Amino acid sequence: MATVELTVNGKPHRLEVEPEETLLGALRDRLGLTGAKYGCGEGQCGACTVLVEGRATRSCQTRAAAATGAAITTIEGLAPDGRLHPIQEAFIAAGALQCGYCTPGMILGAASLLARNPEATEAEIARGLEGHICRCGTYPRIVRAVRQAARTLKAT
Amino acid sequence: MSDPRFGDDPPEPERYELREGPAYRFEVDRREFVKLLGTGLVVWLAAEPAPAQESGRVTRGDGTPQEIAAWLHIAEDGTVTVYTGKVEFGQDIRTSLAQAVADELRAPFERVRLVMGDTDLTPFDMGTFGSRTTPYMASQLRKVAAAAREALAGMAAEAWKVPPATLRIAQGRVSDPASGRSAGFGELTGGRKLVRQAEDAPTTPPAEWTIAGRSVPKVNARDMVTGAHRYTSDLTRPGLWHGKVLRPPSVGGTLVSVDEAAARAAGATVVRDGTFVGVAAPTVPGARRALAQLQARWKAGAAEPSSAEIYDHFKKTPPEAADRDDRPTTVQETGSVSTALAAAAHRLQQAYTVAYIAHAPLEPRAAVAEWNEGRLTVWTGTQRPFGVRRELAEAFRLPEDKVRVIVPDTGSGYGGKHSGETAIEAARLARAAARPVKVVWTREEEFAWAYFRPAGVIEITSGAAADGRLAAWEYHNWNAGAAAIRTPYEVANQRIQFHPARSPLRQGSYRGLAATANHFAREVHMDELARAARVDPVDLRRRNLQDARMRAVLDAAADRFGWGRARAAPNRGHGVAAGTEKGSYVAACAEVAVDRVTGAVRVLRLVAAFECGAIVNPDHLLNQVEGSLVQGLGGALFEEIRFEKNEVTSDRFSRYRVPRFSDVPVLDVVLLDRKDLPSAGAGETPIVAVAPAVASAIFDATNVRLRSLPLVPNGLKA
Repeated sequence: MATVELTVNGKPHRLEVEPEETLLGALRDRLGLTGAKYGCGEGQCGACTVLVEGRATRSCQTRAAAATGAAITTIEGLAPDGRLHPIQEAFIAAGALQCGYCTPGMILGAASLLARNPEATEAEIARGLEGHICRCGTYPRIVRAVRQAARTLKAT
Repeated sequence: MSDPRFGDDPPEPERYELREGPAYRFEVDRREFVKLLGTGLVVWLAAEPAPAQESGRVTRGDGTPQEIAAWLHIAEDGTVTVYTGKVEFGQDIRTSLAQAVADELRAPFERVRLVMGDTDLTPFDMGTFGSRTTPYMASQLRKVAAAAREALAGMAAEAWKVPPATLRIAQGRVSDPASGRSAGFGELTGGRKLVRQAEDAPTTPPAEWTIAGRSVPKVNARDMVTGAHRYTSDLTRPGLWHGKVLRPPSVGGTLVSVDEAAARAAGATVVRDGTFVGVAAPTVPGARRALAQLQARWKAGAAEPSSAEIYDHFKKTPPEAADRDDRPTTVQETGSVSTALAAAAHRLQQAYTVAYIAHAPLEPRAAVAEWNEGRLTVWTGTQRPFGVRRELAEAFRLPEDKVRVIVPDTGSGYGGKHSGETAIEAARLARAAARPVKVVWTREEEFAWAYFRPAGVIEITSGAAADGRLAAWEYHNWNAGAAAIRTPYEVANQRIQFHPARSPLRQGSYRGLAATANHFAREVHMDELARAARVDPVDLRRRNLQDARMRAVLDAAADRFGWGRARAAPNRGHGVAAGTEKGSYVAACAEVAVDRVTGAVRVLRLVAAFECGAIVNPDHLLNQVEGSLVQGLGGALFEEIRFEKNEVTSDRFSRYRVPRFSDVPVLDVVLLDRKDLPSAGAGETPIVAVAPAVASAIFDATNVRLRSLPLVPNGLKA
């Protein structure tokens, strides 16, 4: 076992993890933050996406130990005081989900994208989220939702 | 034998849809569930006899216990709780069923809550498949809600000494306009516990719906965008361990020996029981390590055909079982095909093939099992909670009332989560470990060890008059399945046969079942016939169609697409297809672009018209249609399970391509709302028109006729 210090959603944690333990596993099984999902284990589907220092990161491809010291944001940290983030609001308003399993990763992927490119066009959003799979096929709605969120974020 | 729920149009029997009834049905002790509920009003509806196709082994006669189809409870505070064995997998029935109940009850939508898919709390249900929730469950719940509404009006009338017909019921209140008196639903129950049986009463026609028929937002969307919703794979229990199961290295492999010493020495629980070998450990990495430490020797199974050889195999290899269901079935035989063919101006004979494809639900199979004093509780994402309860009861030799299956809203299924293997695995490991155990399949396990949409071969011989009117239709389908095998076109002389075959891979249900394969073959063939007869493909269909609903969607799609108004640009093509299945109708027009240098095929635009009777929730319907079209593009263009030497080689997303953002064309969906017709299910049928419309558009662009799904897994070869 190894000791890692993770700062998750602003809170510091000191954890004992197995050497090969992924960040996804540590978040889900040790911290109970199950918003990040397992979908493929090979970084192909984006369901496990969290923000590490603000950048979308595949937590299934990241060792927990490698995230020591970094600021990590999970979907649970995006609406800390119960007020939804504009991207979350936009997903609800656009009906951009069906089963919802890809949604947390999709939203954090979009947050990272808009942080780097606040005025992303629909084409840029689609390209930026290409690494995320929605098997329910709500892609056009997701693009609309993220575009709407970009407008809202710009106005605030 | 005609079942009242299906009228003259029973659903097509589909051998791959698991729909057998339970082995045993114990009498539901109605006092039991009433005890669980507080004061207020309980209304229940007796189940109608199950239709012949799905009644399984149980036949009902007089004197058998009356089963319950649905019940709801109105608490003293006016909260309405509806109990249904249906499950939510992303189809948004948690929303649409609540809309139906609120609408019929005249209660505020926000006060209606659904308890779904819990075998201890909800009435028996065959499963959530076959597009049946909206036509059957919603109408049953409406009957219960109508009975509750009438009972409440009756209570108010009695208390106020006025005729019930003079009362108004709205917004969860009964009021008497004459006296100005009014009372909420909950108040009317007056602290009593009342139980009523619903009679078969008339329900509100779609034209008078107020809460149904509107785009009410998804009820638990907030929990999903915040990560608060707990899917099965997110659940934990005190003392939970994680389980892993040993799989053979290839299909048909049998275990010769296994050395468990190293895994045991590391502290894992190891179970070897019959053909099952699994491990449980306190952490996921620990369980993975324990699995890797098992030293197993395997004997390979008999060599199976590869994906390249599968179509020949199907035609040569009938099923091994001499089951009645495994003989070839003549679905339709009218007139004389050979006479009509001899006289036809145009004759066509072609074969079409469809590959196995995977559902690949983003949440893999998962289960959490817990034993408590001989009682087993399993949380699992299954479309058949009661079927899985039976599987568990049989596996552990328990009476069904010692097993509880609970289905949290699940990360999709598309027909792929009918079976209970993960539940059994978790329960077996939990029993050995004497603590709760969770099993979550890896993506590789999902691809290799779940079941697939059947592959198949379809051969069509047709004859038509000079103007393209069909005279002869001979149709043979090997293994793909019988759903939508009949042609919706008018043909006097037909022979339609389904030929079961032995499948080397596990196969089962899938969104739309074989309707996709049958529509692909039939609609591409119609396009070929149109070319042969030099008739516009839309006109050719009109000439052969009498079904007004199918004509309506065809016309609507063609009109919105601008069919025939402009030729496609160079290296672009237009294609059309139409179809019907499970009581709904779809037509689609596709525009594709082909890059002559790279062979890349892109679908630029997909216009679809869809009609499923009265629309319950327009936005959620649109979402289902769009999703179905997008999923259909995967099977049309590139999805295929590849296997050789008994191994599935396309066993992860990097080897099995599914639609992504860049694959999605401009989607334009026309919804036809028929308030004069009962609502049909909608999640499945839109998928059937995608592949044939795209295949015909590729032909239009290139003169290359593709007759195999997927059409262009590696682009269009020159």
